[in-house]
Amino acid sequence: MSGLELLIVAGIKVIAAFAFLVLTVLVLVWVERRVVAFMQNRYGPNRAGPGGILQTLADGLKLFFKESMTPRKAQFLLYIAAPVLAVVTALLVFLVIPIGAPVTIGDTTYTLQVTDLNVGVLYILAISSLGVYAVALAGWSSGSKYPLLGSVRSAAQMISYEAALGLALVPVIMFSRTTSLAGIVEAQSGTFGGFLPAWNIVLLPSFVIFLIAGFAETNRAPFDLVEAEQEIVGGYHTEYSGMRFAFFFLAEYINLFNMAALTATFFLGGWNGPVFGPTWLQYLLPVVWFLIKSWAVVFLFIWARGTLPRIRYDQLMAFGWKRLIPVSLVWIMLAMVAIGVRRFGLPWA
Amino acid sequence: MAEVVVFVVFAFAALAGAFVMLLARNPVYSAIGLLTTMFSIAVFYVLLDAHFVAAIQVIIYTGAVMTLFMFVIMMIGVDRDEDTSERIPYQRPIGIVLAVGFAAVIVAAGSGAWVTGSASFATPDLNGTIEAVADELFGTWTIPFLGTVFLLTIAALGTIALARYGPTGPRPIDDGEGRT
Repeated sequence: MSGLELLIVAGIKVIAAFAFLVLTVLVLVWVERRVVAFMQNRYGPNRAGPGGILQTLADGLKLFFKESMTPRKAQFLLYIAAPVLAVVTALLVFLVIPIGAPVTIGDTTYTLQVTDLNVGVLYILAISSLGVYAVALAGWSSGSKYPLLGSVRSAAQMISYEAALGLALVPVIMFSRTTSLAGIVEAQSGTFGGFLPAWNIVLLPSFVIFLIAGFAETNRAPFDLVEAEQEIVGGYHTEYSGMRFAFFFLAEYINLFNMAALTATFFLGGWNGPVFGPTWLQYLLPVVWFLIKSWAVVFLFIWARGTLPRIRYDQLMAFGWKRLIPVSLVWIMLAMVAIGVRRFGLPWA
Repeated sequence: MAEVVVFVVFAFAALAGAFVMLLARNPVYSAIGLLTTMFSIAVFYVLLDAHFVAAIQVIIYTGAVMTLFMFVIMMIGVDRDEDTSERIPYQRPIGIVLAVGFAAVIVAAGSGAWVTGSASFATPDLNGTIEAVADELFGTWTIPFLGTVFLLTIAALGTIALARYGPTGPRPIDDGEGRT
């Protein structure tokens, strides 16, 4: 491909990814409200559009036309930079997630991810560590005490669980022998014994640790201390209104979908699945598999929110540092032993 | 061409970040300045095709270290005024002399050929930066690498020891629930 062609393809992919994420959030917010409502014996939003599906759009429009207020003590520059940073980091993570099998049009093959980075996993960890700043700065620059408390909590929580998140991925990288996300999906193709899909979910401890850390990273129940309404009003976004608040809201739900998509990619085989039929169906089905898996994980996230109570702050810290991280370290060592035995045989054999 | 543009933009960002870090009155802005510089350096690594080093730079410096800085600044209170009086005599003249000396060293080094990098990295294999780093680290430089590991572990243990043990023996630890 020539330089110009590369540029055009990249541009189309970025715009498509953006549109995909915004549309996903539009549906995601509605799904979450409806599902939680049904779990709590309520109806949830069911007025705007069929089944209430346009409710998020209506809410978004309302926020768009609302006044964006600024507290008198706010540090203005950082105060308006924080929501932008939140959305940008959330969008950036999605760039390396493959949502389908490579598509061949003419003689060129296009991958269904914006770019396949050789250091994909590290890129994701790096970008999500930048996401902490959006929350921390939002809380501090608001010049108000509840947001500050929320942001201090979030900084502590995200540092703690990022470590567990990264450690949970180490066995996945070791077994896939690559840090590229396309490579990790590739490594999960095929089957065990002809009928079980060869997904990384067999690394069960990793999967469980990643999921728990994912709950904490996305600040969702039972780890939603960052915005615990009963304790600190709204947490870091208490002083935000209008579009600035909408940005945080958008970022939060993009992060939720990203985390679900990453779980599907790392542990549930990504877009792998049975493919059949004409060529167009063979290109479409992997995307469908990917979406089904991602939304299944999303449902798990919503389910947890509808079921589990929030844990206390000291429980959060103790669980992260005294349970999750030691367990993942031991599990990494076990995985290393397993790989060593597979490659070199038993030490006494 | 695009590389030059990106380099110039982030070179200015790195310098601006460094100046903000030094000149800002509010410690949070200093932290943001340092953050900008760290991130710009990661972009330089990407321009040099060292993607792995760039990712590590962001994770460790921009992510972990700076987040801890911010956390500490927020915890000890950002509203407290710092004492900015200078206690070391002749601090400024000495600083200027050292800065000029450092600039001279940089210029001298820049005119030498050895800073332009070894020939083996002229055409880097984009798919092998992790493998290349791993080969060097765990092949050629295993012993120095392990030495660094021990040094860092000793530093961490020393920090814990200093925090835990006062002149009169171990300090009680608060487990966060009011018990000691």
